[in-house]
Amino acid sequence: MAIQQPKKQRDIHKGDRRFYLSLRAVGLLVILIFSAIVIQLARLSAPALHHFGLGFLFESNWDPVNEKFGAASFLFGTLVSSLIALVISVPVSVGVALFLTELAPKRVANFMGFLVEMLAAIPSIVYGLWGVFVLAPILRTMVEPFLKHHLGFLPLFQGAPYGVGMMAAGIILAIMITPTISAICREVFSAVSNAQREAALALGATRWEMIRLSVLRGVRPGILGAVVLGFGRALGETMAVTMVIGNRPDISPSLFAPAQTMASVIANEYAEATSDLHLSALAAIGLSLFAVSLVINSSARLLIWNFERPSRLGSAK
Amino acid sequence: MSLKHVRMLSFLSITFLCLSAVASADQIMINGAGATFPYPIYSKWFAEFHNVDPTVDINYQSIGSGGGIRQLLDKTIDFGASDAPMTDEQLAKANPPILHIPTVLGAVVITYNLPTVKQPLKLTGQNVADMFLGKIENWNDPILVKLNPELAAVKDMPIMITHRSDGSGTTTVFSDYLSKVSPEWKQKVGVGNALKWPVGLGGKGNEGVTGLVKQAPGSIGYTELSYAAANQLPVAEIKNKEGNFVAPSAKAVTAAANNSMKNMPKDFRLSITDSLGKDSYPLSSFTYILVYQTMDAKKGPKFIGFLNWALNDGQKLAEPLTYAPLPKALALQVKQKIKEIKTQ
Repeated sequence: MAIQQPKKQRDIHKGDRRFYLSLRAVGLLVILIFSAIVIQLARLSAPALHHFGLGFLFESNWDPVNEKFGAASFLFGTLVSSLIALVISVPVSVGVALFLTELAPKRVANFMGFLVEMLAAIPSIVYGLWGVFVLAPILRTMVEPFLKHHLGFLPLFQGAPYGVGMMAAGIILAIMITPTISAICREVFSAVSNAQREAALALGATRWEMIRLSVLRGVRPGILGAVVLGFGRALGETMAVTMVIGNRPDISPSLFAPAQTMASVIANEYAEATSDLHLSALAAIGLSLFAVSLVINSSARLLIWNFERPSRLGSAK
Repeated sequence: MSLKHVRMLSFLSITFLCLSAVASADQIMINGAGATFPYPIYSKWFAEFHNVDPTVDINYQSIGSGGGIRQLLDKTIDFGASDAPMTDEQLAKANPPILHIPTVLGAVVITYNLPTVKQPLKLTGQNVADMFLGKIENWNDPILVKLNPELAAVKDMPIMITHRSDGSGTTTVFSDYLSKVSPEWKQKVGVGNALKWPVGLGGKGNEGVTGLVKQAPGSIGYTELSYAAANQLPVAEIKNKEGNFVAPSAKAVTAAANNSMKNMPKDFRLSITDSLGKDSYPLSSFTYILVYQTMDAKKGPKFIGFLNWALNDGQKLAEPLTYAPLPKALALQVKQKIKEIKTQ
C-alpha cells in the first residue's frame, strides 16, 4: 500500500514501490483473464443463445445432425456425477484428515498424507484407463448385479448393468477429489490450537468427544470450503469422466445408466464440429458450466459467511 | 548460480538462437492440420519426403477434420485434411477455391465380442442398422441366426451397442452407409460426425470403443480398419450391394474405389460406401488433403512436389500401415488435378 511518507524515505523505498506496482499488475492480470474468458465465451455462444433462448438450459434434446441443441441432460450429468462424488468422498476425506491430524503417529501421518496427496498427481487419463479396464468390469460383474438383486426395487438401481455409467463416473470423481478435500481439511484441523484440545481432555472428554467438541465444532466453514473446492474440481473434470460415463445425453434416475457431462460433450465434439450453430452451442455449454461453478462458489461463500457469524458471536474472543 | 554463469548461459542461448535462425533460413516450413484418421500415414509420408527433399519441413497437427477445415478457412494453415469432403456451404466460404486431393482410402469395420462364435460374423447393412436403431436387441434373433448358425447356441445375450462419443470421420462413414441401406436410419438419425444415437454407449476414440467392446461380452461397435488390424480385433463380414459377404481389407477397399470410378465427379467429392462390385467392401471411404487453388510462391511448388510424390512412391507405404492405396486410374486423375494449383 502506498502509505504517506516523508520525501526522503520515499526515495529509499523506490524498490518497495516497484514491487507493489508489479504485484498489482499481476493481480489485475487475473481479473483481465477472467473477463476475457467470459467475454469470449459469451461472444461465441451468442448465436446459439439467440437461436434457442433460455430454453437451451431446459431442453434435453441434443441432435447435431438436425441442429437441435439443449443443455439439460449435460447439466444433469455434471451435477449428479459431482454430487455422487461428494457423497462418497466427503466422509472419507474428513475421516482421513481426522485420522492423520488427531490419531495417527506423526511418522505414519506424514507418510499417509504424502500418499493421499500423490493421488492428486495422477493424470486424469490414467484414472480414466483404470476406470475402463478395472473399475467398470468390477462394477459390471459384481457390484451392479449385487445392488440390482438386493435394492432393485429402487429406481436408482434399475436397468442393464453396463459397468460404465453414472456410478462409475461418480466413483472415479470421488477418488480424484479426495486429496483436495482431505488436504484442506488437514490444514484446517491442525490450525485448531492445542490448548483447546487439552482443555477438553482436562475436563474429562474422551478422544472422540474432544474431536467433536474442540476440533469439529469450530471448523465447519473450513470443511465447507474444502468441499466446495472438491466440488469445483469434480464439475470441471473431463477426461476421466468421458472415459467411464458412457457418453449418452440421457436423464435417467438409474445410477447404472450412461450419462454425459458438460465438460465431456465439449471435449468430445468441439474438434470435429463444423456447423456454426453446433460450435456455438458447445460454447454455450461452456458458458453454462462457468455459470454453474460461479453460482455454486458464491452460494458456498454465503453459507460460510452464515456459519461464521454465530460462531464469532459465540466464541469469547 | 553466479552472475558469471548467468552471463555465459545467456550468451550461449543467444548464439544458439542465431544459429538455428540461420539454419532455417532456406528451409521451407509448410503447416497443415486436420483429420486424425490418416495421421499415421501422413506423418510417415512427411518424414520420408524430408529425405527426398531436405529443404521442406511439413508440420501436421491431427486436431480433427472439423478443426482442420476451420483453420484452413481462417487461413492459419497451408493445407487441411479431412475424411469427409467439405460441404457446398463450407466451400462457398473459401476464396480462392479449395481443392480436394484424395490421398489414400480407409474403411470402417464392425467389431464385436462373442466369445463362443469362432467364424467371422456375417451381417447385412440392414442388420447393422436395425441393431444400432435398437430394433434387434438380442444375439439369438432369428434374422442373425439365419446368417450365423453358430449364434443358435447363444441362448440369450443382449446386444450392447457401442459407438464413438467424439465427433469423428469414422462415424460419418458409418452413418453414411447406414443411411444408404436403411431408410429408417436416414430419417431417424441421419449422417454426421456426431449423432443423436438411438441406443448404446459412447467411447472416446477408437480405443474408447474397443475398450468397451473388449470388456463386455455381447457388445458390438465400429472402428477404423487400421486400428482394428493393429489390435487384431474380430471383424464382421458385411454383405455388399452385389450380395457377397466381404471381409474388410486394403484390397476390398481399393476395389470399392475402383468400382466407383465411373461416378467420380471432377472435384473427387464422392461417397463410396455401399458401392457396386462383387469384391467391394461397403464401408470404405477416401481421405482428403485440402488445399487452396492458389498457393504461396515459395511453399506452393514444394507442396505440389510432395503431393505428386505421395501419389507415386507414397502409395506403396499405404498397405503396410493398413490403408488402401488409390486405384491407379484415380491417381492419374488426381495428378492432373494438382496441375490446377497455381502459385504466386
